[in-house]
Amino acid sequence: MPPGTPGGTVSAAGLSRRWALGFLTPAMLLIGVFLAFPAVWTLYLGLTNFRLLGPQALHTKFIGAGNYQQALTGGDFLHSLYITVIYVLLSAVIGQCVLGFALAWVFRSWRGPLRRVLESLIIVAWIVPGSVVAFLWLAYLQGNIGPLTETGTLNTILGGIGVNWWLQWPMLSIVVFNIWRGTAFSMLLFGAAIQAIPPSYIETARVAGASSWQLLRDIVIPRSRGHILTNLLLISLWTFNDFTPYLLTGGGPGNQTQFLPVYIYQQAFDQGALGYGAAISTLVLLINLVIALAYMQILKERR
Amino acid sequence: MATTHPTPDPTPVSDTRWLVRALVARVQLYVFLALVAAFFALPMAWLVLSPFDSQPSLVAGLSHPTLGNFQDMFRNPAVITSLLNSVLLALGTMLVVVAAAALAAYALSRARVPGRNIILYVLLLFSSVVTGSAAMVPIFLLAYDLHLINTITGVILVLAGGLLPAAIFILKDFMDSTPASYEESARVFGAGPFQILRDIVVPLVRPGLAVIAVWTIVTVWGSFLTPFILLRDPTLTPASVQIYSFYSAGGTANLRLISTFGLLYTIPVVVMYLVVQNRYGFRFYGGLKR
Repeated sequence: MPPGTPGGTVSAAGLSRRWALGFLTPAMLLIGVFLAFPAVWTLYLGLTNFRLLGPQALHTKFIGAGNYQQALTGGDFLHSLYITVIYVLLSAVIGQCVLGFALAWVFRSWRGPLRRVLESLIIVAWIVPGSVVAFLWLAYLQGNIGPLTETGTLNTILGGIGVNWWLQWPMLSIVVFNIWRGTAFSMLLFGAAIQAIPPSYIETARVAGASSWQLLRDIVIPRSRGHILTNLLLISLWTFNDFTPYLLTGGGPGNQTQFLPVYIYQQAFDQGALGYGAAISTLVLLINLVIALAYMQILKERR
Repeated sequence: MATTHPTPDPTPVSDTRWLVRALVARVQLYVFLALVAAFFALPMAWLVLSPFDSQPSLVAGLSHPTLGNFQDMFRNPAVITSLLNSVLLALGTMLVVVAAAALAAYALSRARVPGRNIILYVLLLFSSVVTGSAAMVPIFLLAYDLHLINTITGVILVLAGGLLPAAIFILKDFMDSTPASYEESARVFGAGPFQILRDIVVPLVRPGLAVIAVWTIVTVWGSFLTPFILLRDPTLTPASVQIYSFYSAGGTANLRLISTFGLLYTIPVVVMYLVVQNRYGFRFYGGLKR
């Protein structure tokens, strides 16, 4: 340990504070300008009627809480928030989490080539770029409306029942899509959690005659509680902020899948209402902040 | 053990019942796994088969095998340009992130920067809260004011800003676990901080730098929203946006082009993932994606 004289302290590696600050500068500058500043600036932008084009673009006015008033009373925002929460609950909190846990549990004692193939398949679904998987799912669930439109793989397998999933069941389709897309993360995280449980615990419980269900309830789930919470918060945050639904449905039909990121995009860039979009951004940032703080709290407790 | 039981051996009846129950459990397990396999494989099948079919439909299949789609695809200038743009974006962002993160992580690991734990905590908080979706409006306006709309540089800077906190966090872990004794002796021989960083620290933490580099490339390669918003000039769009415009433009989608382009654009990420997975396992990649 170096002698910690204040002022011109030099660490063991010979790095003075001045050099250290110099080394930190490029990263801090980038983070400050392109990550921190936008987050703060959007607070201000949300209080204006900022537009990029049209007569209002020339004289941007400070309109106080007008955007927030519009958001909270207009219905569109509340609808969007509501379906986003439903989407997160069904696809991430229930779908990805339960399927991921089930797979991790099945995989724990199963070695062999088939397991590796299945596991890789699930992981590949997670890492293929979003704009490619979006098209794969558009094609997969396509139904034949009119004589010219082709049918996708699923309807063909189901015997040509001709359901147009994206038009008739948009929410269900997008929930199933997101379970397909994101289960890998939960599976891998829970796999690590289950591996961390001492095998003797499980053996002892087995010898004592515990059923699989009792084993899960009394040993596995309590011992992986930290992992489960971590997983829930991360996948909720990611699903809440996912822009892929825009590539799948563009928010439609109507506004049935207009989740918050899609809503912001359409308000700000299609309608040109950048001030209103910024106000919605602020609300999303606040929700993200709540989720992230909860996550940080858990990380701290586990240290 | 049957001998330790006070009761007699189980009767044959309960024995078969146990067997049946075990068998049913097995069958249930296999049905579950078969359903899972179908659920994950079926949507993917189209991407694997259609590029090799001269008349692909929306149904996954291979009725007219060919390799001609690849030849045709390379005659499409938009494909080549967009792939080059993706390479440029990914490599550019990777260089910025690795360089800036290495400098910052070294400083945070070796010098007594006041409040460095709080700095890291706040940085990580920012990077998880300020997502592209939440901050698209201010990021667009910032790029507009800085004249960075329709520039690759603008996209690189925005993406780098978002990726840096996690990169610094991981690299600092790597640096903390390498001994400072080499650096001390180098300092005794009169090496300056830059020299020490370049000749001693960088070779020592090379695996960490490789992880950050691959992670950045994979993330940027697939990123859609930031280039979608900041690049409106079609000659600048990366592959992620280009492929979307191929199927969202209306009219009949060119399935030969989309499938072939999609496969070619996907392969690098899958290969890089497999390399990282085999070398470093889930620990690094898994916690970091997105």
